[in-house]
Amino acid sequence: MITESFAEGNSWIHGIDPRLRVLWASVFAVVVAVSYAFSALFIALSLSLIMALSARLDFQAVVRRLLAPVIFLILLWAVLPWSYEGDALTAWGPVIITRQGVTLCAQITLKTVSLMVAFMALVATMTVDTLGHTLNRLRLPDKMVHMILITYRYLFVIEQEYQRLVRAMKIRNFQPKTNLHSYRTYAYLVGMLFVRASERARRVHCAMICRGFNGRFVSLRVFPPQSRNYLFSLVFTLFLALLVTLEWVK
Amino acid sequence: MSPVIFNLSKIRYGYPGGPLVLNDLDFHLHAGDRIGLVAPNGSGKTTLFHIIMGLIKPLSGTVEAFGEVREAEADFVEVRRRIGLLFQDADDQLFSPTVLEDVAFGPLNLGKSRDEAVAVARKTLDFLGLNGFEDRVTYKLSGGEKRLVSLATVLAMEPEVLLLDEPSTGLDSSTKDKLIDILNGLALSFVLISHEFDFLSKTAGHIYTMDDGRIRFDQELHIHTHEHAHLMGRQPHRHV
Repeated sequence: MITESFAEGNSWIHGIDPRLRVLWASVFAVVVAVSYAFSALFIALSLSLIMALSARLDFQAVVRRLLAPVIFLILLWAVLPWSYEGDALTAWGPVIITRQGVTLCAQITLKTVSLMVAFMALVATMTVDTLGHTLNRLRLPDKMVHMILITYRYLFVIEQEYQRLVRAMKIRNFQPKTNLHSYRTYAYLVGMLFVRASERARRVHCAMICRGFNGRFVSLRVFPPQSRNYLFSLVFTLFLALLVTLEWVK
Repeated sequence: MSPVIFNLSKIRYGYPGGPLVLNDLDFHLHAGDRIGLVAPNGSGKTTLFHIIMGLIKPLSGTVEAFGEVREAEADFVEVRRRIGLLFQDADDQLFSPTVLEDVAFGPLNLGKSRDEAVAVARKTLDFLGLNGFEDRVTYKLSGGEKRLVSLATVLAMEPEVLLLDEPSTGLDSSTKDKLIDILNGLALSFVLISHEFDFLSKTAGHIYTMDDGRIRFDQELHIHTHEHAHLMGRQPHRHV
């Protein structure tokens, strides 16, 4: 299900207050998303890579997680260069590749990769549980935070129930084929999962009520102040200032 | 006579579209009572617990707890604070990511400060011999550990009464022995559902059974033990 391999590291990035990491990652995302100058985008990419390196992330794991957005990017590269209007860069027979199209693709690629890597380095380096409590401290709505935390907790239980159902199918020699029986069986499987999940939710809610739950979660987590938090914020601010200067001050 | 903790009278309950599970059930518990409840599956034991806690409302009959009749949702807030229910499935009870957070959840809801709640949680974990479990992730605990941590979450609310729904099911013998020691070491009244006579005989003072949606007080089961040599111990025989 959810593997939190990046969260297990022990680098200085892991030691920074999670609230600051989430905050700066979000600000970084906004700045990069609205930047178009290549100088700024390359600096952003380098910053992301430096952070990924200092978080000592497993290079292969990073590449694997980049695969999903890369597929999306390949699609862009396949469509945008010839469909976007602008000056011709080169022409392959009747197909005209435009300079603007290629530029746009390059910008989107740089933005996507920098943001993905930055979030891997800053946000994926904390457990989902820490992320939930962090968002809670950052004043996100309680309901959203509860959804994240409880989904995270019960995803594993529901996966176990899924595995149980699949085993029950297997020991009775179920082999998926392209026929109505297989489709019906899968539909039952999904239906059963929904039924069990909602039953589970009912029981968990009962258990919470029994322990005096009144709709408000209190987080126990404390994030002690540390000097490196300030240092991190300072360096990050300088980098962001550089990005903003490169983009908007001509 | 010790004070009455709860008193159920003429309780009727049936799930929609089904027959009555509880039919004119009368049941009361005095402070200090330790009652074991043995009954076949589907005889309404868990339903009975849920009615006591106000999780489901009976079709008719009255629930009286701590000297007052409890009807509305708000009436049960106090009941839930003073009676702790241990669920059959520990995964229903443990919903926080880490053990300490889960155990502290109840005390926090009771209005304790963060530090007090953590202190109570740690004290409870220590009492159950679970020190060092604070930061363990709840879904990664073993079945026995989950059961004990669930018990910790209930005990951390410092209840006066426990309702235990099949606490011994699925435990190995050493965890079961530990649970027996813990229950016997608590100065709490409890009602305990179990199918294991061995477990019941070591913990409960009276053992009742359920029949036709009622609790049979007239058929109280008396458990006694005697030791005897088992020359023919391999032959099937009954100890009744």
